[in-house]
Amino acid sequence: MDRQDTTDYEDGNALAGPLGELFTADVTAASGRCAGCGRTAVVADLRVYAHAPGLVARCPSCDTVILRLVRAPDAAWLDLRGTVYMRVPLPPA
Amino acid sequence: MGIVSRGFHSRARPADVKLPPGQYLTEDFPVLSAGPTPSIAREEWEFTITTESGTRHRWSWRELLALPSERPTVDLHCVTKWSKLGTGWEGVSLDTLFADVETAAEFALVHSYGDYTTNIPLEDLLGGEAWIAYQYEGEDLAPVHGGPARLLVPHLYLWKSAKWVRGMRLLTEDEPGFWESLGYHDYGDPWREQRYQGD
Repeated sequence: MDRQDTTDYEDGNALAGPLGELFTADVTAASGRCAGCGRTAVVADLRVYAHAPGLVARCPSCDTVILRLVRAPDAAWLDLRGTVYMRVPLPPA
Repeated sequence: MGIVSRGFHSRARPADVKLPPGQYLTEDFPVLSAGPTPSIAREEWEFTITTESGTRHRWSWRELLALPSERPTVDLHCVTKWSKLGTGWEGVSLDTLFADVETAAEFALVHSYGDYTTNIPLEDLLGGEAWIAYQYEGEDLAPVHGGPARLLVPHLYLWKSAKWVRGMRLLTEDEPGFWESLGYHDYGDPWREQRYQGD
């Protein structure tokens, strides 16, 4: 199976608003490690499939699902199982 | 002032249509996808049903097309709230594929080329309610809509009609799929508006 070249995704900045509802820090500036291929990528560089029942952010190298977010009427569902860790830049403590 | 003609419509106008709660009518066919569109060569395509005991039934593309096909005309209801009425498909009924499958399982976990999965009670796949569809409106099913073949289960929300379908595992216990494990309803009946868990 080959992957077709498509432009049906957006970059990780599409996560800014939806994740801003959950976290005070700007998570799009964070970097994370893909559980599939081990590559470290900035969240803004992820490929976000937004034309779906939720947001699906994939690794730009191997397409592993890094993050999924569903906004239900009374809760948000966040899945980070494709993320080994996330490093979030913060002001000095 | 000219005469305004509504033209001739083969379908009822929106005011005459009864839609599931919370849905609106659309005439186009929106493309929703949780990942890149896979390119699947028909000579490599396969569909499998694996029973709870591990017995594996397999069909190649040629074997699928050799089976009797049906041409259902069905309404589609997407959980993102659009509905599209009177869509024409051609495909093989799951009843045909299950003719020689011996199982006591009550659930199926459908899987696709790519990493998509969705769970459906087995009884919802049988009884003339579900197909492996490979044509849409008389044409080969386009890759963005799930071609070469997709599952078609029109009485449930469209996320259950897995695009690029590859097979299913039959299970004695229910196992949530891609969206069902992240807040979406386990069953997804549009007429009962079962969008999210707890609906």
